[in-house]
Amino acid sequence: MIAIESLCKSYDGTPVLDGVDLILPQGGVTAVIGPNGAGKSTLLSVMGRMIRADAGRVTLDGRDLATAPGSEVARRLAVLRQDNQPSARLTVQDLVTFGRYPHSHGRTTAQDRVHVARAIAYLGLGDLADRFLDELSGGQRQRAFIAMVLAQDTDVILLDEPLNNLDMRHAVGIMALLRDAARDLGKTILVVLHDINMAAAYCDRIVVMQDGRLIHHGPPEEIMTDALLSRVYATPVTVHRVAGRLVALY
Amino acid sequence: MTALGALSLVAAALFMTLEARGNWSFVLPFRATKLAGLVLVAVAVAVATVVFQTITRNRILTPGIMGFGALYVLIQTVLVFGLGSARVAGIDPRALFAAEVALMLVFAGLLFRALFGGSTRSLHLLLLVGIVCGTLFASIAGLLQRLIDPGEFLILQDRLFASFNGIDDTLLGTAAIVVAAVCAVLWRWLPVLDVLALGREHAIALGVAQDRMVALALGLVTILVAVSTALVGPIAFLGLLVANLAYMLLPTARHAVLLPGAALIAVICLVGGQTLLERVLSYDTVLAVVIEFAGGLVFLLLVIKGATR
Amino acid sequence: MSTPVTLWTAMAVLVLSCISLCIGAGTFDLQALWTDGWHASEVEVLLVSRLPRTLALILAGAGLAITGLILQILVRNRFVEPSTVGTTESASLGVLLVVLLAPGMPVVGRMLVAATFALAGTGLFLLILRTVPLRSVLMVPLVGIVLSGVIGAVTTFLAFRFDLLQSIGAWTMGDFSVVLRGRYELLWIVLAAVAMAYAMADRLTVAGMGHDFATNLGLNHRSVMTLGLVIVAIVSAAVVVTVGTIPFLGLVVPNVVSLALGDNMRRSLPVVVLGGAALVLVCDIMGRIVIHPYEIPIGTTMGVLGSALFLWLLLRGRSRVA
Repeated sequence: MIAIESLCKSYDGTPVLDGVDLILPQGGVTAVIGPNGAGKSTLLSVMGRMIRADAGRVTLDGRDLATAPGSEVARRLAVLRQDNQPSARLTVQDLVTFGRYPHSHGRTTAQDRVHVARAIAYLGLGDLADRFLDELSGGQRQRAFIAMVLAQDTDVILLDEPLNNLDMRHAVGIMALLRDAARDLGKTILVVLHDINMAAAYCDRIVVMQDGRLIHHGPPEEIMTDALLSRVYATPVTVHRVAGRLVALY
Repeated sequence: MTALGALSLVAAALFMTLEARGNWSFVLPFRATKLAGLVLVAVAVAVATVVFQTITRNRILTPGIMGFGALYVLIQTVLVFGLGSARVAGIDPRALFAAEVALMLVFAGLLFRALFGGSTRSLHLLLLVGIVCGTLFASIAGLLQRLIDPGEFLILQDRLFASFNGIDDTLLGTAAIVVAAVCAVLWRWLPVLDVLALGREHAIALGVAQDRMVALALGLVTILVAVSTALVGPIAFLGLLVANLAYMLLPTARHAVLLPGAALIAVICLVGGQTLLERVLSYDTVLAVVIEFAGGLVFLLLVIKGATR
Repeated sequence: MSTPVTLWTAMAVLVLSCISLCIGAGTFDLQALWTDGWHASEVEVLLVSRLPRTLALILAGAGLAITGLILQILVRNRFVEPSTVGTTESASLGVLLVVLLAPGMPVVGRMLVAATFALAGTGLFLLILRTVPLRSVLMVPLVGIVLSGVIGAVTTFLAFRFDLLQSIGAWTMGDFSVVLRGRYELLWIVLAAVAMAYAMADRLTVAGMGHDFATNLGLNHRSVMTLGLVIVAIVSAAVVVTVGTIPFLGLVVPNVVSLALGDNMRRSLPVVVLGGAALVLVCDIMGRIVIHPYEIPIGTTMGVLGSALFLWLLLRGRSRVA
């Protein structure tokens, strides 16, 4: 279980996170949605220890993430930010193998290789395994990074807009993969999404953020309403039920 | 890799034997000392540069270009200036070296924090500031050297300010121990370096104490630069040259290959270059100039190819 | 607004010149001259050593400041000057080749060769710039500084090969202590350059706005560029041949003036010229006082002052340029 307690963060006096409280029970996919500048990525960065919060804390099963040893946390929580541009020339295989670093600290074991191979296969990267990252398209690279996070084999996975650069097929593939991982393996997944229809279709819960605050939290049926979405995005939105799914039109 | 090893051995053998006229028992130890100095410098510069480029995640930044060598010379000059040359001449060179390295660690830490700690991390600004800092350090050192009594300064210059021509052999033993110790530590850190190369956020996500490791690695880089500067004086572009050759010849991101590879290439460049220039073409002392020339060209090529984005 | 600034800078140059005339290793002071009348030996010192030195300082300072200004306008970058784009180093290489191949060549010929090299070096710099894919503001001086280093390495190598290391020291490190009557007169060419730059001020400003802008206003961009670069090359060469290189001067003075007066060249030019002279005088006086009766060459004092000011300029505009 992840507990976020009154998290605050400001840049030059401008609050970006303004007292965020949230409890994520174990298992399930939670989407974070909200307009630009709502603080979604900052929330993820603080949870992933990339940024220190000004106040408040994030705990994983009662342990404060900011003070727990880094490698211990890395075996339980994986995080992938947006805009992944490695400066080193790595192959896909190399990159995904780094996902095992928290477990083996660079001395790859047979078990590590199994995890790596599985992650590469999951994301359909088998043919690209020996290609260098800078020779791949944006979508292929994004899938390689997601494979690395999967190979890390953690209970908790945080993803910041993982569908960037992905075509329809791969976007749907990733979302289905996340849903299956949560259902079958009991993983807790938090994912920042821009596409609210994706969130509605594949996530168990949706968290809505606006101006650094968490303003709504609930199952898709509660969130996907004309009034709520129109207000949050300051744009007329209507929600329809199409083929049994909730779809927002804007 | 094997080829690089063999080539560096050939370079060393040629350096030891080529055109050695006269008394072998005199020539061999004399050349061996010089060879040891060159090898130490090569290893120190290559390792320092690769590690520095890994922690700054950039391939045109090197400690030499960032003025670390000039900083060492400045600290040395300030010590001579502050304590008086007579007293400095009386100090054990190893103790003096230790004091200089300690001071340099403090300054390098401050400089690095000032440059990398700020909100803007424009690479070009960093580089330019580094180069100008180097000029500033060198100019202040030059100014202070003028202020020391000219006669006394000449005596000191021989003892304290080294060059490829006059490798300071009083420090060879100490330097060898220091370089070996630093390399041993780095050897244990190889996997961590691989992770640091992925960038700050990935390193943290994979459980590496990024800030602490970068600070420690920078400390080691500073020590290596101090060793090489103490032996032969500041060299700006050697590291850039050998690190980029290593990336080119060894297409991998694994430091277990890159570090020894770069070190071997540096040995080949320095020892081979010195052999060629000194024995074959009989130009002494210009090795530093040739390195400056080749390294500068490499830099311009990297810039033109857009490697700095 | 600019007139009082010009006036104050002119006053400063005047006062500094008087100080510059009064100090030195030889026995000489203006007061003695005034009270005791004109002794032949003192007049001799004044005319042969002091006056030429002070004049050379003023001319070199003014000349380098103006080359910096012209380069900054033409390259459209705040951080360039002859010593950060390869001009100075190329001129030095030219001088070295003259010494090697035609040692008897008169000083004017020497300067012309140096100027040709300076022009070629600057052209090479501009050519490289054109191929650099990413033209960040700071990339421009970076490329220039490294190019200068490469050209400098060639010079050092040749000098070493032909045993001339001692003598290149004379023109790679600016030093006015060698200036005597008969050895600095070449610098008067700076006066012509200043006049020409002033006459061309508007055209240079327009050319600095870019090729399309200039063409739109009916100006031949290429010819103005070339003419501007020729002025830069000749002045740099003249300074290198007579007193050696003085780093960062051309960078610092126009930048500081631009902070105060803006970028209209016709307005800032007089202050840049006078400011360059004043800064060189200050550095030279400092270098002469600190370890009297020895001297610190101006290349060293200017290296300290200039690089410190350059750093300040870089970090001051940190958020703006970066």
